[in-house]
Amino acid sequence: METGHMSYADGMEAVDSDIMGRVLSMLSEFDYNGFSGREVEQALHKERLTPFDFAAVLSPAAEPYLETLAHKALGNTRRYFGNSVSLFTPLYISNYCENECVYCGFNCSNKIHRGRLSMEEIAEELQTISATGLKEILILTGESRTASGTEYIGEAVKLAAGYFSTVGIEIYPLNSQEYAYLHECGADFVSVYQETYNTGKYEQVHLKGPKRVFPYRFNAQERALLGGMRGVGIGALLGLDDFRRDAYGAGLHAYFLQQKYPHAEIAFSVPRLRPYINSRTGNPNHVHERQLLQVMLAYRLFMPFAGITISTREKPKFRDNIIGLAATKISAGVSVGVGGHKQPGKGDGQFEISDSRSVAQVHEMIERRGLQPVYNDYIRV
Amino acid sequence: MNDTLVIAGHEFNSRFILGSGKFSLEIVKAVIEQGEAEILTLALRRANMGGEENILDYIPKGITLLPNTSGARTAEEALRIARLSRELGCGSFVKVEVIRDSRYLLPDNYETIRATELLAREGFTVLPYMYPDLNVARELQNAGAAAVMPLASPIGSNKGLVTKEFIKILIDEIDLPIIVDAGIGRPSQACEAMELGVAAVMCNTAVATAGNVALMARAFKQAIRAGRDAYLAGPGRVLEHSGEASSPLTGFLED
Repeated sequence: METGHMSYADGMEAVDSDIMGRVLSMLSEFDYNGFSGREVEQALHKERLTPFDFAAVLSPAAEPYLETLAHKALGNTRRYFGNSVSLFTPLYISNYCENECVYCGFNCSNKIHRGRLSMEEIAEELQTISATGLKEILILTGESRTASGTEYIGEAVKLAAGYFSTVGIEIYPLNSQEYAYLHECGADFVSVYQETYNTGKYEQVHLKGPKRVFPYRFNAQERALLGGMRGVGIGALLGLDDFRRDAYGAGLHAYFLQQKYPHAEIAFSVPRLRPYINSRTGNPNHVHERQLLQVMLAYRLFMPFAGITISTREKPKFRDNIIGLAATKISAGVSVGVGGHKQPGKGDGQFEISDSRSVAQVHEMIERRGLQPVYNDYIRV
Repeated sequence: MNDTLVIAGHEFNSRFILGSGKFSLEIVKAVIEQGEAEILTLALRRANMGGEENILDYIPKGITLLPNTSGARTAEEALRIARLSRELGCGSFVKVEVIRDSRYLLPDNYETIRATELLAREGFTVLPYMYPDLNVARELQNAGAAAVMPLASPIGSNKGLVTKEFIKILIDEIDLPIIVDAGIGRPSQACEAMELGVAAVMCNTAVATAGNVALMARAFKQAIRAGRDAYLAGPGRVLEHSGEASSPLTGFLED
């Protein structure tokens, strides 16, 4: 049975919120070709950017100002984060998935090697990761309530909380009570990526499974905060659709969430689908490093206090240069297979990584750049 | 002349309180030395006991730690962080920071009063970070605060004494050390605060974001001393608007 992508399915909690409506309505009026250098310069002179200014710095009109944007972003990052850069690693505990997302390696119709770690295996993985000195971990699963139910994830979170001071989860969207349960188990941060804020495109690329329901995914951060989580992560999969529009959507999503929940810690991730090398055709979906940088700088200027995480999908050179400038958190010692830290991975990865450096190597790089590696930046209260 | 800063019976020669967390731990010692700071604040959430990059491993002996409750959103959370701080051997000083706004990082005065009360009752020496409001400062004093730490301008903004008029009122009315915290961006601004009569200045971003962190710490030390001396000396006459009229307005009096 095909699900209508804008209506909730049975069992999906609907929270009282106008954020999605506001974001979608502002997106419908967003014309990035309508900006000129004048609006970009006005934004650059402001201490705090309005959504209009944010749109200007995301627009093609801001491209010639990339260096100026970078200088302003650097000032913001220094002011809010000093020279500190947080370290973490993801741990995939299961890659079973019930969704059919055309761009994803975990797509349920893909014939990949599936696996799920047992609690013993999870404990071994956690121990091995913890020995590298890391204090923050992100537990990930594919999106399958049957293969990786909330109780299974809850038990994994409890184990993780024994080794790490900060536990985040990147799993399928839940109801607020389920978030409250995982919070009680020891998780404090929740990341859910909307992939694209274009509802039409969203429908085209999410063919089957619960993920097809756009609003349930959109409101996941709110349900997580209502469930007691301390912080939420937001992001669009840049390159899936028109990246400027998706970056604008993600920025507004974060902006309205922060307004409604001023205590929440907000963080951005900036995953991208890589364009083919040399494909500089002006396709509005293509995100080269230059465009990725522009998006990250725009996030930093618009939400100067928000964390920005840089993924191992990016090359070491980009990662090394973006930390301290716009990004504030970097993964290290990454395996994207299921497990893979202690034992060889039990299942295939979601994507390929471009930076396989160990925690010690990333630590050394951070110091060499005059920055400060931070392992612990959170106390569970 | 013996001019010391006294907080709850503890005497300090330096009136420069240094923040940490925004510059590399390797230079903490040099920065403290150049700034001749005796009190160092630290976010307890950054402590990484027995682990990598634990700030507590980098602090020279003889420094009084002023751990803050950064991350707390309520009085109860501040209390839990403070207790943890004491267990970790960070002493009994605590800077109360209760913040429920991730955008501006402004302190929540109401929760701060409650936290001060809870912590003072447990025997902590409590220095609350606050938005400068006379009524709140009085409540903090009643709650057992050892000093109050009003913000000069939004944290990290380096804008200087934006709340000057309100801090002056606290200096006049509150019988506790007033320590300016947050927003001081330049040594000249620190000097100005000291001239007004605040007891000490706390600084983090302004030092941490300098090209030469240790040298900037030294500049702040000197500015704070100059301001303190000026305050003690009693400022000379400064004519704000115009000179005095040559024909006096009161010259008509005859008997």
